[in-house]
Amino acid sequence: MLAHLGTRTLVGAVVVAGVVTLTFLLVRLAPGDPVERLLGPTATPAQLAAQRRALGLDRPLAAQYAIWLARFVRGDWGRSIATGRPVRELLGDAVPATVALVGTSLILSYLLGLAVGAWQSGAGPRVDATLSVTTVTLFALPGFWLGLMLAMAFTYWAHWLPAFGATGLDANALTGWSRLADRLRHFALPLATLTLIGIGGAARFVRGAMRDVRSQAFVRTAEAKGLSPFRVTRRHVARNALIPVITLIGLSLPALFSGAVLVEAVFAWPGVGRRLVEAVQARDYPVVMAATVVTAVLVVAGNLLTDLGVAWIDPRIRRGKGET
Amino acid sequence: MRSLWRDRRAAFGVAVLAIVTGAAVAGPLVSSGSPTVQHDVVATRFLPPLVTDHSGSFHPLGTDRFGRDVWTRLVYGARVSLTVGVLAVLLSLVVGVVVGGVAGFWPGPVRTALLALTDFVLALPRVVLLLLLAAMARPSAVLVIAALGLTGWMSVARLVHGEVRSLAARPFVEGAVALGLSRRRVLARHILPNALTPVIVSAALGLGNAITLEASLSFLGVGVQPPTPSWGNMIASGRDTLVNAPWVAAAPGIALVLVVVACTLLGDALQDALDPTFTR
Repeated sequence: MLAHLGTRTLVGAVVVAGVVTLTFLLVRLAPGDPVERLLGPTATPAQLAAQRRALGLDRPLAAQYAIWLARFVRGDWGRSIATGRPVRELLGDAVPATVALVGTSLILSYLLGLAVGAWQSGAGPRVDATLSVTTVTLFALPGFWLGLMLAMAFTYWAHWLPAFGATGLDANALTGWSRLADRLRHFALPLATLTLIGIGGAARFVRGAMRDVRSQAFVRTAEAKGLSPFRVTRRHVARNALIPVITLIGLSLPALFSGAVLVEAVFAWPGVGRRLVEAVQARDYPVVMAATVVTAVLVVAGNLLTDLGVAWIDPRIRRGKGET
Repeated sequence: MRSLWRDRRAAFGVAVLAIVTGAAVAGPLVSSGSPTVQHDVVATRFLPPLVTDHSGSFHPLGTDRFGRDVWTRLVYGARVSLTVGVLAVLLSLVVGVVVGGVAGFWPGPVRTALLALTDFVLALPRVVLLLLLAAMARPSAVLVIAALGLTGWMSVARLVHGEVRSLAARPFVEGAVALGLSRRRVLARHILPNALTPVIVSAALGLGNAITLEASLSFLGVGVQPPTPSWGNMIASGRDTLVNAPWVAAAPGIALVLVVVACTLLGDALQDALDPTFTR
């Protein structure tokens, strides 16, 4: 198990290194120059050259990469070219916002998706068909569009929930419960958007996994022993169906982060995704790089946790007898 | 295959896709034919659905802020969205089949390298990669197709790899090799045709995914550029007018959901029909 974990960590590190190198090349090869954007159209060529030299952008690509990497691992993430703020400070605010959004929606959508999928796998054909149509539709909803529609209904028509940012304008003046309420109200719509779509995907998968397990001989044996249907589902079906489901959670992390990028853009949620979109558009190299590293590390770490989860739930893997 | 036609999911999927494709192909016949034309902007903008304007033209889905007919833009947007989606899926199929086929049939370092590459690209957050690729050049439909195709081949490669590996051990493949055929010929003529069934399912699901991602990119402003209508940039332009003209953003979104649901149901039905062990 430990050796397995070690290999996975190593592979994860290689993936992060690859993502970082690829991103570095892609952003620099992209047309568009952060210096021109920074100095504006009136800058003379001499001014542009001086600013480029000051930022180290006049050196060869390999040298720039080496310098950036050496500084990055020492914790010097540089300053945003567009805003002048330190990158660590920019992302320090953004990472908790994204983790809160993605993490909460992941937990909620899998809990609810498990419930719906389990219900479906044991239900009659009519209930099953209705729920299938519902989950397929939820799964098909583009996050940004669902977000807009929810904002239209709950913000513009009903005036119930805010649809912009993580806090209200008066957030600093609020204390105690009203401060918490303000946070939660801003959290509601982005969370609902990501979770509704997530439930669709999770329920579809859980239904399939549970059907597969249900058709196996040991389930028939358990039923023949006279166990109650609930006990069969919980002890024999759910436990086995959970293994592919937990693996799926890990595999769906990149997609979830991708989805969060768009949902953050719709609701102006101050997370990593929104920073990344802004930074790519402004060719703000230091911010793009740092945001990519953070995203890649979060995804890889999530996958590792998933591996541990699978091992925890499956004794064959936990004791090192099974293969993954 | 026969059971497929009795499957209601497949019927729904084929019907929706046929209607949308038909409307897109017959664009000028079923709409006003000019998605970007603007008349008297002040008099014709933000007309609600099912309204006839002062010049007598009927707007089944209303008009947007420039007085353009939303139904016409939806039909022409379908052309863009479907073309981009289909071409992107084809590109990802070609890359996926080649990578998966080669990895499945050439053991050793080639396989290891290709599988590592597949897992690597699979671990990347796709939208981040798409954003970067889309930032590489001036946004255009061709760029979106390339970006979607090059970030969408991994699941196909994995499927084909698994399939090819199991087929390679079968007697008929050994027979073909024993006849002295080149390995490339054995792969292309004897193995791949048998390995393509799961790819069909993956293509149906991939189409829905590609159309959604195209819309996402266009929504963020790095995909298909206005005034050419695509469902994504229509939703983006309707975003600012959600309060006084919600139909501008709602219509393309509903079309998008319908098409994606159709693709998913068709994919599910194909999967069940192609799986010999599956009984309903």
